[in-house]
Amino acid sequence: MHRFANPARFLRIAKPLTPWLLWMGIALTLGACLWGAFFTPTERLMGDTVKIIFVHVPAAWLGMGGWTGIAIASIIQLVWRHPLAGVSARAIAVPGATFAAICLITGSIWGRPTWGTWWVWDGRLTSMLVLFFLYLGYIALSNASSEKGDTSRVAAVFGIIGAVNIPIINRSVIWWESQHQKASITLGGSSIDQAYLVPLFVSVAGFSLLFGALVLMRMRTALAEMRIEARMRRMADY
Amino acid sequence: MKPKHQRLLLAAIAVCALIGAGLIAAAALREEASYFYTPTTLASANVAPGKAIRLGGMVQKGSIVRAADGVSITFTVQDKDKTQKVAYRGITPDLFVEGSGVVADGRLGPDRVFIADSLLAKHDENYVPKELADIDMTSAEHTKDTLSK
Repeated sequence: MHRFANPARFLRIAKPLTPWLLWMGIALTLGACLWGAFFTPTERLMGDTVKIIFVHVPAAWLGMGGWTGIAIASIIQLVWRHPLAGVSARAIAVPGATFAAICLITGSIWGRPTWGTWWVWDGRLTSMLVLFFLYLGYIALSNASSEKGDTSRVAAVFGIIGAVNIPIINRSVIWWESQHQKASITLGGSSIDQAYLVPLFVSVAGFSLLFGALVLMRMRTALAEMRIEARMRRMADY
Repeated sequence: MKPKHQRLLLAAIAVCALIGAGLIAAAALREEASYFYTPTTLASANVAPGKAIRLGGMVQKGSIVRAADGVSITFTVQDKDKTQKVAYRGITPDLFVEGSGVVADGRLGPDRVFIADSLLAKHDENYVPKELADIDMTSAEHTKDTLSK
C-alpha cells in the first residue's frame, strides 16, 4: 500500500487522471439525465415524477459512499499513518455533503406530488438528514485543525464514529418501515423495470466519475497548499 | 507488538464496539418507535377515541366512496387480518389509489371510524412503465412480475 503513499507518485497519476474522470463523468451524467428525462416511459402511478430517480438515487448512494470512504481513509490514517489518507478523507467531505444535500432536496421535491408531503420524520429521511449534519460537523472539525492540508486525529476519530450511521440508513426502511418504500435494488435483484434501470446505472456511473474527479482535484489542491505552507515556513526560517 | 499493530487492534476494537453500540441502540429504538398502528394492532391496542394516532395499511379494493360534495371520502384500510374504516375530508395525494399503501394522521371517532386529518400515500418499491400495464390503472397491487406476464 505504501507504494502509493508517496504524494509525488500520487500526483503523477492523479494529474492526467483528473480530466478523464471529469469529462467522462460530465458526458455520462448529461447523457443519462437526458435519456432519463426524455426517453423513458411514464410510470404507472407516479407518471413523470419518476424521472427524479436519475438524480436522487446516485446522490443518495454517493452521499453514503462518501462517508464510507472517509471512514476507511480515517482508519488508514490512524493505523498506518498513510500520508495521503487524511488528505483524501478531507477531500471527500465537501462533495459528499453536497450529494447528501442533493439527495434530501430531490427527495423532498419527489415526496410532495407522490406522498403528499415535503417531509416526514421517517427513519430513512431522518437518518439521511443526520448524515448531512455529520458531514457539516466533519467539515468544521477538519477545518479547525491548524495544519492546512493535514487532517487532525480528532476529525479521523469522528469520521470512524460517524460510520455507524451508514448501516442504519441502509436498514432504516426495514427496521422502521413507514413512509419511504423498501429498497428496490438489492444484491438479490431489482424491482425497477429495465426501462428505468439501465439509464439509472449509467447515471450512477457518471455521477461517481464526477465525484472521483472532484475528490482528486481537492486532494491536489490540498497537497499544493501543503507544499506552499512548507516552503513559506522554510523561507521564514532563514 | 509493534506500535502499528497496537493501533490496528485499537481501531478494530473501537469499530466493533461502535457498530455493536449502534445496533443495540437501533434495536432498542425499534421497539419504541412504532410509527403507526395497523388495523390489527389498532384493534388490540384499545386506543381511546379522540387520541391522536397514526394509521397505516393498504387501501382495500373497491372501498373508496366519494361523497357528493367532492372532498369527503370514506375508505377501508386493511392489513393481513383486519380492516379499519376511515373518513377523510380534503384533497388526496396523486398516489392515493385502491390497493396502495396509505398513512393517515387522525383519531378514532366515537363510532370507531378513524377520522383522518391528513393522508399520505405510500409507494412500493416497484417501478413499472405505464405502457406495460394493460390492466386496471386504479390499482397498485401489481408488481413488475405480475405485469411482465
